[in-house]
Amino acid sequence: MTAYERVKEARSVERPTGQDFITGLFRGFIELHGDRRFSDDTAMLAGLAKWKDQPVTVITTEKGKDTKERIYRNFGAPNPEGYRKALRMMKQAEKFKRPVICFVDTSGAYCGIGAEERGQGQAIAENLMEMMTLRTPILTILIGEGGSGGALALGVADEVWILENAVYSVISPEGCASILWKDSAKADEAAKSLHLTAEDVKELNVAEKVIPEFEGDFSALLEELRKQIEAWMERVNSCSIEELLDKRYKRFRAIGSDCVNETVID
Amino acid sequence: MALPMIFRKSKNELEKGGRPMVVESSREIPMVKCPACSRSYLPEDIEKEKYVCGCGHHIRISARKRIEFLTDKDSFTELFTDLFGGDPLKFPGYQEKVDQAREKSEELEGVICGTAKILRQSCAIFVMEPQFMMGSMGTVVGEKITRLFEYATEHSLPVVGCTVSGGARMQEGILSLMQMAKVSGAVKRHNDAGGFYLTILTDPTTGGVTASFAMEGDIIIAEPGATVGFAGARVIEQTVRKKLPSGFQKAEFLMEHGFVDKIVARSKQRNVTAHLLSLHAKN
Repeated sequence: MTAYERVKEARSVERPTGQDFITGLFRGFIELHGDRRFSDDTAMLAGLAKWKDQPVTVITTEKGKDTKERIYRNFGAPNPEGYRKALRMMKQAEKFKRPVICFVDTSGAYCGIGAEERGQGQAIAENLMEMMTLRTPILTILIGEGGSGGALALGVADEVWILENAVYSVISPEGCASILWKDSAKADEAAKSLHLTAEDVKELNVAEKVIPEFEGDFSALLEELRKQIEAWMERVNSCSIEELLDKRYKRFRAIGSDCVNETVID
Repeated sequence: MALPMIFRKSKNELEKGGRPMVVESSREIPMVKCPACSRSYLPEDIEKEKYVCGCGHHIRISARKRIEFLTDKDSFTELFTDLFGGDPLKFPGYQEKVDQAREKSEELEGVICGTAKILRQSCAIFVMEPQFMMGSMGTVVGEKITRLFEYATEHSLPVVGCTVSGGARMQEGILSLMQMAKVSGAVKRHNDAGGFYLTILTDPTTGGVTASFAMEGDIIIAEPGATVGFAGARVIEQTVRKKLPSGFQKAEFLMEHGFVDKIVARSKQRNVTAHLLSLHAKN
């Protein structure tokens, strides 16, 4: 598949959405609503569940299953209150020492009038800061579209995994092509140039793992994730919170630092 | 003295309105024309006004000029001067754009960092450069600002940051997106160590910069009329298929909605910044 075909696959309405992963991987999920500030964002689904006997906080951007639900979910594009709801859940996870597991599938944070009025930028920025020092383990799994800042706002984690046919990008290939080459038809070339496929993202050390999709066999994918999450739980439980936070900081601190040159130029 | 502007047509919406036009007068002296009201000035006259037109429009200025206006004479010491980027993704046409940006801005990259004194108050300072690919944030900009916050944390210095940016630099792909998290981490550590961070939002501050360090200041001030937002106005218009309210995403709009502490004219920024620094001075 070409990079752009991957993008189309990542956007496919046939793909399982966040709620499928939550119900498939955890027991006793109870959804919790609202950011306690403005409203409840239906594009962001969050709550509590159990991983074996361990209570966990689970958060996902949710695109919805059919047209009606997709409209209700705003096609998975959160407003500021979605990010604030997510942060509220994470803060409680910190208080009650629960690991946080985030699933990401969004074309990006919503571009709307209300979103700007309520501080879309500020909401994302706050999540980036707070997640970096949240005193509990965080795992983020990109399951479909990882659209820019709206995806990163759930992505400041100890480990980031990406499904084989998911993508992670600073901008949509169409947007990139239209800005750079004034031609959204060049999305194909843009997708390739952006290095947004799962392999690219892993190669650039932006993700730790590429999770195979077993050619669409969802139960095999869930089985693989169960195994991986089990191992992740063991990894994070074996180090102290201080070590974890130090590693989390260094993980992001290192990204891109190696492509910076230091030479005296005349 | 090099004029902080050049002859060029605006390429996009962000550049329009901010970019001062230089026009040849009959005396063959380049005049500075206000992009808002078209009034022309002799360079030395508008310089005295800190490039603020009589109509109130704050004409876009270079990072060096801003540092000159904001800090005490000869107090600025530049840090991380030799950092420059590669082309990590070998993105088509990127290297040429960087070369052009270097020539145009006479800077190696899109942000200038250092230490300075503002009315005798010490601080670490970063100022983004609009002439360098519209202050877009790639790995070098991310690295430099991160280093500045780490330096400020280590030396117990407050940070003053002037933002102007079209957002993340798409030619560095996902690596530029990650700079938002990287800088935010350094801001958080500075914050947790009790450091004071003041942001000065200038026209335009958008995208990934708004969604990270521009909005992370303890106190956020903005230049009058500056466009500040997450999504571009045109994208929003296309998404919601409605005309945007007047003054949408202007600094005044942000203050009204609770996201900016104060609108401060360029002529008062030095005094206000010094005052805020003194109110956060550590004994």
